[in-house]
Amino acid sequence: MCLGIPAKVIQVTPEGTGKVDYLGTKVRVNFSLIEDIRLGDWVIVHAGFAISRLNEEEAQETLALLREISKAQGD
Amino acid sequence: MNELRDKGVTRALVREIENRVRALGRAVRLMEVCGTHTMTIHRFGLKPLLDEAGVQMVSGPGCPVCITPNEIHEACLDLLAGRENLILASFGDMTRVPTRKGSLQTAVPAAFSRLKLVYSPEESVEIARAEPGKEIVFFGVGFETTIPAIALTVERARNEALENYSVLTALWLIPPALRWILDAGETTVNGFLYPGHVSAIIGTRAYRFIAEDYNVPGAVAGFEPNDILLGICAVLDQLREGKPRVHLEYGRAVNPDGNLRALDAMDRILAPADACWRGLGRIPRSGLELREPYRRFDARVKHGLRIEPGSGDLPGCRCGEVLRGLISPPQCGLFARKCRPDAPFGPCMVSFEGACYIHHKYGRDKHLEK
Repeated sequence: MCLGIPAKVIQVTPEGTGKVDYLGTKVRVNFSLIEDIRLGDWVIVHAGFAISRLNEEEAQETLALLREISKAQGD
Repeated sequence: MNELRDKGVTRALVREIENRVRALGRAVRLMEVCGTHTMTIHRFGLKPLLDEAGVQMVSGPGCPVCITPNEIHEACLDLLAGRENLILASFGDMTRVPTRKGSLQTAVPAAFSRLKLVYSPEESVEIARAEPGKEIVFFGVGFETTIPAIALTVERARNEALENYSVLTALWLIPPALRWILDAGETTVNGFLYPGHVSAIIGTRAYRFIAEDYNVPGAVAGFEPNDILLGICAVLDQLREGKPRVHLEYGRAVNPDGNLRALDAMDRILAPADACWRGLGRIPRSGLELREPYRRFDARVKHGLRIEPGSGDLPGCRCGEVLRGLISPPQCGLFARKCRPDAPFGPCMVSFEGACYIHHKYGRDKHLEK
């Protein structure tokens, strides 16, 4: 039930709601748990609320680590 | 982000894990505390790879549908069946949990059903607004991931003075449940894989006592297969170094401090309370209840519900032992026989994130041959 999906913010209203694009589907989302939400942000959506903004730098770090391990193991 | 699912990377990570277990000189037993992790571990075939590498994964109390005891489901059922003017809004999974009185879906005749399935708590408020002549009860169930959404929804109902609205809360906090598992000492846990989206709300500090007071390592992991393996590598490193801490593998979605807005909303609207979990029983301050001035939106208060802990257990169901990590689903005599996804006997076979459902769907436990 704690399933959260990563989705891109495509609309933000002054009331702190808006829409995200999830694999081409536009979904209504409440952004009031995210500070300073902006168009183009990536968020984790759970039960109609964005609960977290994805951090690009951290994501790249994880990917780099995975590539490094893969390389070290010769895959 | 292909690296998160890439099979070559998965193979490399499994070899890393094998090397670490070999260096450690013993097999380890780790508990995952999130149904979505359980799902990834089975769906991507990690379970047999990890078994072979010497890492046994055991599921803990990581599914809110499953740990909500039957007496709360029955209270919901009584409300719906007993009051004609009432609409019950609920997440879908909750409506299929079997009790002594049936489930929300079977016990109420379909033609007169006043049961509405919702995806977001906010939809329940929209129903209340659209149906001013009816009483709306939202079955508000969840871990920390869902709790802020439920809390803000109650706040909105209060701001809009929706006097026909209330919530039957079943709100569960993960850290006190993990403390209970460690204090009980019934099952060996060499390390934890902490739930990613619960942690997006509460951060990593909430688990620090597990490393500091119990000397048990852990990692907050994401939900892709290679996230999980990377998290396991981090736990094995801590075991080898003898330095338990809370590693954050899922940094792209989790801030170590958590989501401050969400934590503030929880604190503003809800107060800690003792709660009775299925299988685990009463755990001090492991739940939350509405504070004043929100208490008039508490369905227990508004509708005078009396819910007696432990009264609703179904004889023969071993979900409680599954949730405590004491048995694996196929060890239950009902598994795949009297309890199947199409005819569940216990909640862990109902929920898509329940350990029994997942074992049945993806398990190589030979249960299909029975």
